[in-house]
Amino acid sequence: MTNSLQAPRRGEPLLIDGLSKSFGEREVLRSTQLAVQPGQFIAIVGRSGCGKSTLLRLVAGLERASSGRIEIDGKTLTGLSEGTRIMFQDARLLPWKRVIYNVALGLPKNRRDDALKVLAQVGLEDRANDWPARLSGGQRQRVSLARALVHNPRLLLLDEPLGALDALTRVEMHRLIEELWLANGFTALLVTHDVQEAVALADRVILIEDGHIALDETIALARPRSQGDPAFAALEKRILDRVLQKPQQPGRVSLTHPKGSEADWPGVPAHGLRWAI
Amino acid sequence: MTYPNDTPRPGVGSIPPDQLWPGLYPETPLPWRKLATLLVAIWKRLLPWLVPVGLIAGWQIASSLGWLSTRVLPAPLAVVQAAWTLSESGELWVHVKVSAARALTGLAVGGGLGLLLGLLTGSSRIAETLLDSSIQMVRNIPALAMIPLVILWFGIDESAKLFLIAVSVFFPIYLNTFHGIRGVDPGLIEMGRTYGLSRWQLYTQIILPGALSSILVGLRFSLGLMWVILIVAETISAQAGIGYLTMNAREFLQTDIVLVGILLYALLGKLADVFAKGLERYWLRWHPGYQAQ
Repeated sequence: MTNSLQAPRRGEPLLIDGLSKSFGEREVLRSTQLAVQPGQFIAIVGRSGCGKSTLLRLVAGLERASSGRIEIDGKTLTGLSEGTRIMFQDARLLPWKRVIYNVALGLPKNRRDDALKVLAQVGLEDRANDWPARLSGGQRQRVSLARALVHNPRLLLLDEPLGALDALTRVEMHRLIEELWLANGFTALLVTHDVQEAVALADRVILIEDGHIALDETIALARPRSQGDPAFAALEKRILDRVLQKPQQPGRVSLTHPKGSEADWPGVPAHGLRWAI
Repeated sequence: MTYPNDTPRPGVGSIPPDQLWPGLYPETPLPWRKLATLLVAIWKRLLPWLVPVGLIAGWQIASSLGWLSTRVLPAPLAVVQAAWTLSESGELWVHVKVSAARALTGLAVGGGLGLLLGLLTGSSRIAETLLDSSIQMVRNIPALAMIPLVILWFGIDESAKLFLIAVSVFFPIYLNTFHGIRGVDPGLIEMGRTYGLSRWQLYTQIILPGALSSILVGLRFSLGLMWVILIVAETISAQAGIGYLTMNAREFLQTDIVLVGILLYALLGKLADVFAKGLERYWLRWHPGYQAQ
């Protein structure tokens, strides 16, 4: 945490207060409470369907909360927010625009040069005139990161942006995201199913389970973090074990856990497992 | 004799030519080998033309020897001659101009309306519920089945032909525009909204380009239909145009001119298709499926 304070902070504080969201009968989030300091990097982990992406879409203003409220920079959120940008799981580049015009999307014409500068920051200035179809998956996500950063966001939401990338590219992207976050000082909210990714990047790792926050772990490791570090591994294991503790969501059919209480649940050996799916 | 490494050696698959033709190949002098490869290349180019050219030659011979009556089919040379005379007198161009103008006006009216209504029903749910089922009902009426009614409404005038063409090109463009717009990735639209695009920008930068490939498919369908309907409409009655030219020639048993008319229709159809393909290649150049190899 001390480390993240070194960078110039321009991030927005985020407050989530009693936030609930239901889709029909199904309650995805139940009176969630979360306060995020300006410039903090938060990772949200949890099993698929736990509501972590819904939380991100609520903060983005893409969904309406059933109850409760979200406050960004002291103002209650009512819709899309000017200072917030999202990086989606699929890069969502416009295939009919060349890379540079994808980055410049939504920019006024006199700021086109900025697009090229940010593209250089993600190391793709030589691909400025290519069609997105010509890029690899990792390059597409770098373009999409540049497209988000060119707006100087004060809150960056990352919705499993690296989920579809291979392990090497992912490590590369971690470094890039961390670097740009330290340089720009925005508040970051990363949804991921990869506990290692969460520990590598975040100041705080938050576990969402059954629609509420079940764990809020501060990661005090110095940056840049190394995965070989024993403290890193211990933290990762602890969080992963906690994620896997809860066997199944109620109502789901379980093949290995046909009856009995949760205490009977033998649990999954976490050794060698990196993914909380 | 050995060869410099940079000369291409014709072989079969991975087998090098020296192994394919042992003994003979390496000794062949270089200029001769070059000539041989050139001849093979020319031969390969000419091969597909062998059958059509042979057919036309056979047709010409059959006509010259009197085996084929000119009332059934005129000699190819006579057709060329007729085309030449007609174009020299300027008559041909008058008729081509009239026909092309008819077709394009019909396309502009019908296609334009189809595009506009497709954009409307594609973008707005209210417009869809209000209009789409009615349009789908009318779509099932073949345009040509309306000819008697159209003649009653418009007479055998110019407007009747325009109406028929417009009606028939309307539906392919309407349908493909509608589905093109509905097929635009909602994720891209959501992305555009979060990146602060205005409604107009969303439309021009995301929705319209996303629907374009589908709209162009509709245009190509429409261009094909346009010529078919034009031919039928011009055959019913006309005072000018390719249809008039051929029907007039039929009265006087001028089969060569009839054939000129038929070939002209084919040529114009091909021209329209080439034009549409060119549009696709330009507008969809971002699409891997349309990129030049």
